[in-house]
Amino acid sequence: MFAVSRPDRAAGCGTSSTLSNPRYDFTVFHSVEVDRPRVSLAEIFQVFTKVSLTSFGGGLSGWMYREFVEVRGWFSDSEFLSALAICQAMPGVNVVNLSVWLGFRLRGTLGAVTGFCAMIVPALIVIIPLSVAYSVWGKYAAVHHALAGIAAAALALTLNMASRVTVSAVRSDVVALAVVAVVFVGIGLLRWSMFELVIVVAPLSVAWAFHKGRPA
Amino acid sequence: MNWALILLLLRVITPLSFVTIGGGASIIADLERQSVSVNHWMTPGQFLDLFAISRAAPGPGSLLVSLIGFQVDGVAGAIVASLAIFVPTSLILYVLARVWRKYRDANWQHAVERGLAPVAAGLILAGVYSIFQIAEGGIMAWLVAISAFVALRWLRANPFALLALGGVIFAIVGMYWWPA
Repeated sequence: MFAVSRPDRAAGCGTSSTLSNPRYDFTVFHSVEVDRPRVSLAEIFQVFTKVSLTSFGGGLSGWMYREFVEVRGWFSDSEFLSALAICQAMPGVNVVNLSVWLGFRLRGTLGAVTGFCAMIVPALIVIIPLSVAYSVWGKYAAVHHALAGIAAAALALTLNMASRVTVSAVRSDVVALAVVAVVFVGIGLLRWSMFELVIVVAPLSVAWAFHKGRPA
Repeated sequence: MNWALILLLLRVITPLSFVTIGGGASIIADLERQSVSVNHWMTPGQFLDLFAISRAAPGPGSLLVSLIGFQVDGVAGAIVASLAIFVPTSLILYVLARVWRKYRDANWQHAVERGLAPVAAGLILAGVYSIFQIAEGGIMAWLVAISAFVALRWLRANPFALLALGGVIFAIVGMYWWPA
């Protein structure tokens, strides 16, 4: 009954120990998705904190992609991407929304609370002393240059995510590829309004996915 | 802790929570207006400093709001401001996540997830493009970003080492080529 296989799941996500545990279904108070490796709250806290505290220079969603999809296999490419799209469309800060959403999918309500706290609290504890330090050292040009360099290197994580998700979209079908191209050209090159473009393109893309049906 | 200031923070920041879309950049103009001209919590220069710190520091860039709270009423102000900006919209997301779970495995949900994935991929690519256009350091930023990407993707380099290297390279190059 646990063998709900998901065709889009990333390989090697280590579900076997969870699935073979017969008590799995009863030990979890908040029901979680049965085909997902059971992740402890401590681990959720640790990984979200790591992502939050290491995201110098921005690109937080690139870090989240690396940790959750590439390193740990907690989510597949398409799960992560659809979560990102939903979190971008809703009001709120993307990465905080994403922490609540992904935390909930891992461990229900407690997971959502843990993800939220881990994303914000440690970073808050770090940023306040930093703001005091900046008022002392911020006047040195080298500090300013080093921060710009860190931000430039941090782009690598976003590039990594971008290259991976584009490849998986291209593999999907030609319509998905067209959607990627239209969104990139419209928003990136032509500077159209993100909201208006997405409100037109997203329903068409979803309708196409619905028409195509679920993958065998 | 000053209750009047705390209440004022709540009143100013909570409504902004609902209009944050994307990375939180949409509320910066209004935050600046409220902090500098309306409530006189800080000078324009102080606001710019807090903005720079929130960009450079780890964590969500919108912790700018927490720094404003810290400026207004110390640690209590920082906590209240953070809760005011992050909690309301997180509750909305939480409710949506519950609804999502309730209809899990419905056909429409699979279609929504699969249909939104390429939209998100396009948005990420557009984001990369626009970051490259505004990145400080011009061609150097491109070189560092692309080499770091190659090292990360194909050489499995440690991302922290790459960030440190990027910082050191820029600091050294900056000393000779971009005099302050």
